[in-house]
Amino acid sequence: MVQVRIWGSLASATDDQTEVEIEAGTLRELLDGLAEKYPGLKPQLDRGVSVAIDGKVYNDSWFTPIQPDSEVVLLARLRGG
Amino acid sequence: MALDAKVDGKLDFKVVGTRVNRPDGIDKVTGRARFGADMTAPGMLVGKVLRSPHAHARITSIDVSAAEALEGVHAVVTRADFPQVELDEATWDVLDNCMAGEKALYDGHAVAAVAASSESVAKKALKLIKVEYEALPHVIAVDDAMKADAPALHEGRQVENVPEGMGANVVARYEFGHGDIEAGLSKADKVLERTYKTEATHQGYIEPHACLAQVGSDGQADLWCCTQGQYMVRDTCAAIMGLSQSRLKVTASEIGGGFGGKTTVFIEPVALALAKKSGRPVKMVMSRSEVLRATGPTASSSIDIRMGMTKDGQITAGFAELRYQGGAYPGSPVEMGAMSAFAPYDLENVKTVGWDVVANRPKQAAYRAPGAPMAAFAVESAIDELGKALDLDPLEVRLKNAAREGTKASYGVTYPAIGLEATLRTAKDHPHWSAPLGENQGRGVACGFWFNFGGNTCVSLNITPDGTVNVIEGNPDIGGSRASMSMMAAEELGVPYERVRTVIADTASLGLNDVTDGSRVTFAVGLATIEAARAAKREMCKRAAMVWGIDEEAVVWEDGAARPSGPNAGKHDPMTLADIAAIASNTGGPIAGHSEVNAEGAGVSFATHMVDTEVDPESGAVKILRYTVFQDAGKAVHPDYVEGQFQGGAVQGIGWALNEAYIYGEDGVLQNPGFLDYRVPVASDLPMIDTVILEIPNPGHPYGVRGVGETSIVPPLAAIANSVSAAAGVRMTSLPMSPPKVLKAIQTG
Repeated sequence: MVQVRIWGSLASATDDQTEVEIEAGTLRELLDGLAEKYPGLKPQLDRGVSVAIDGKVYNDSWFTPIQPDSEVVLLARLRGG
Repeated sequence: MALDAKVDGKLDFKVVGTRVNRPDGIDKVTGRARFGADMTAPGMLVGKVLRSPHAHARITSIDVSAAEALEGVHAVVTRADFPQVELDEATWDVLDNCMAGEKALYDGHAVAAVAASSESVAKKALKLIKVEYEALPHVIAVDDAMKADAPALHEGRQVENVPEGMGANVVARYEFGHGDIEAGLSKADKVLERTYKTEATHQGYIEPHACLAQVGSDGQADLWCCTQGQYMVRDTCAAIMGLSQSRLKVTASEIGGGFGGKTTVFIEPVALALAKKSGRPVKMVMSRSEVLRATGPTASSSIDIRMGMTKDGQITAGFAELRYQGGAYPGSPVEMGAMSAFAPYDLENVKTVGWDVVANRPKQAAYRAPGAPMAAFAVESAIDELGKALDLDPLEVRLKNAAREGTKASYGVTYPAIGLEATLRTAKDHPHWSAPLGENQGRGVACGFWFNFGGNTCVSLNITPDGTVNVIEGNPDIGGSRASMSMMAAEELGVPYERVRTVIADTASLGLNDVTDGSRVTFAVGLATIEAARAAKREMCKRAAMVWGIDEEAVVWEDGAARPSGPNAGKHDPMTLADIAAIASNTGGPIAGHSEVNAEGAGVSFATHMVDTEVDPESGAVKILRYTVFQDAGKAVHPDYVEGQFQGGAVQGIGWALNEAYIYGEDGVLQNPGFLDYRVPVASDLPMIDTVILEIPNPGHPYGVRGVGETSIVPPLAAIANSVSAAAGVRMTSLPMSPPKVLKAIQTG
């Protein structure tokens, strides 16, 4: 199981929790698992998120491994100029 | 790909870190460089756009018959001429912005376009298009647009977490942070509550948008345009025009500035629609007025801060509510502002709430660290004011609260090794900090942060028969990346920089490359270039092994040559890159290396800016006396370019802080769509911007590179406001700090 930090305005979809647990070994499993366990997150997940795993930011790399003790943080989808 | 093994405690570079001649310099100063407006085609037509004079209006009818009948007119298009295809919401907004459908949503919104034999015929034709509008009430300022009774631009665009009862123009809400704000504030010796405002500004690139579109009767299309992302242009236009991506080839011209403003499309789909309808190539070049009215400025903002500080400078709580209007469509960068606002600081109690708001203004586009400069203006101004009220040194306050390795950032991530403290300590030790100030002069400091990212990247590195090198990459060069790629390739291959030429490919020549934005290119394309060079070296070692009749594993690449290595390799003279290139056909064929990657591991970047200003108490005019940028670059591949990025960000911040603003009349029409009245700083306005490059290597890149292009625009708004506030003796909380505003603040105290 992986601990995932959710940003505050998404907490209404996760029973007001900003830290949730998901069974996941990869980025894709994480996102699919969040959508399944918390359907209220799905609209934001579909709009796009970035994910920080142990301090590194990932956008689309589905098979990025996640260790059970990894720090996983959902971020708003990063964009630049 | 991790940071490479160190030699004697630091990487041993021969090329990277030097100041080689830039490859585009001669072209740009002699006029040989070809920008967006420099392409022509036989039979080319001129395309022009008819734009709404209303800030908000329903389009009840458009009659193009008189325009179509005018001699020399080959096509007129409206929204009805675009194919009816399924588009995702973001692309639909882009299409609606490029060509209005049911409503014109801002002054300057495109409603029709013509392609004609000359510019004068096209302009005549525009006047013959009859558009019937039903003018609607409009709203311009962000706080007005948020009201429940504000004129609504759209229905049904609020995302699921916008609370009930919010006006229809409030389309999204974000919240980040941790801890207990009220508990934190209760521990403070001083609490500050302030509201800060910034106006919308434009990226101010010198080159207006321009493109040349050709569509064959077989559906194959070509587009030449100035852009930060030819693949983004291809994918967006292909979706809008109902083309498959491989049938549309987009070539990026040389670019005269982008800064985020060219990370989307404005005229390209229109040019393609005109080219398709007329059967002729169509060239479109925006005027400056069109650029300001109808491309993508950044958001204007209204930000409330609550912050508490103890008498020894500890920030006990930081709260920010950020309200950004991003123009007529959802997507202001408020979430980036909300995530980055307190990012430089280690705070136990921190919360940011961001609101995305629409208003009758042009659709925003990215502007260099989108969303962050305004947020930093508010937070850094508050830190400055609190620190001064407690009689504390501004740099010491920031050092006391600075984020370090292991800090949990306000946006949730735990930082690895970062360079903020280094920038602050360097600033404190710098002669600028202790230089004396005179009457009506003030010094301001501020910190800034940006995320940086990687993304999809393809590079092909080809060894030519004469032993020189071409690097083919897919990212328009907006900051010296061609030089940087050539340098990294030369470093890896062990050849002189002058033997490497980097070119930028069209969309048919390489796989997907994400847009040149996010300070990603030196990081991501560099990483791919290094990998492509390593692949080429492996192949060249293999060729040498064939010639020597030994195992591949017994050959190494060192100092530009393949060399036998190991006890059983035997004695063989080294084979240089040129030697191996000369016999490539004899040993298996052309030699190349390539890399296709979705690059991750970009490192965050921090900066501290220091600025001295003088305020004329009689006019309110502000003069920048001295400016120093301290920023962590990880590894400066070409220091001139890194310094240029630092200086450019600072100068754009100066304009944003002192002069630039979108000014609207009561009728919602933009009053200053030209560089005379939208005043950007020019070289004669400013002193030299001094730079100090720090290098705390990013472990996610083989040379330690961090992105630098965006962080440099984050601190200036606050640094300058802090300086002017000190010089004028009154706190400035609203930008720009134009002379009338500063004078009024001085007079009213």
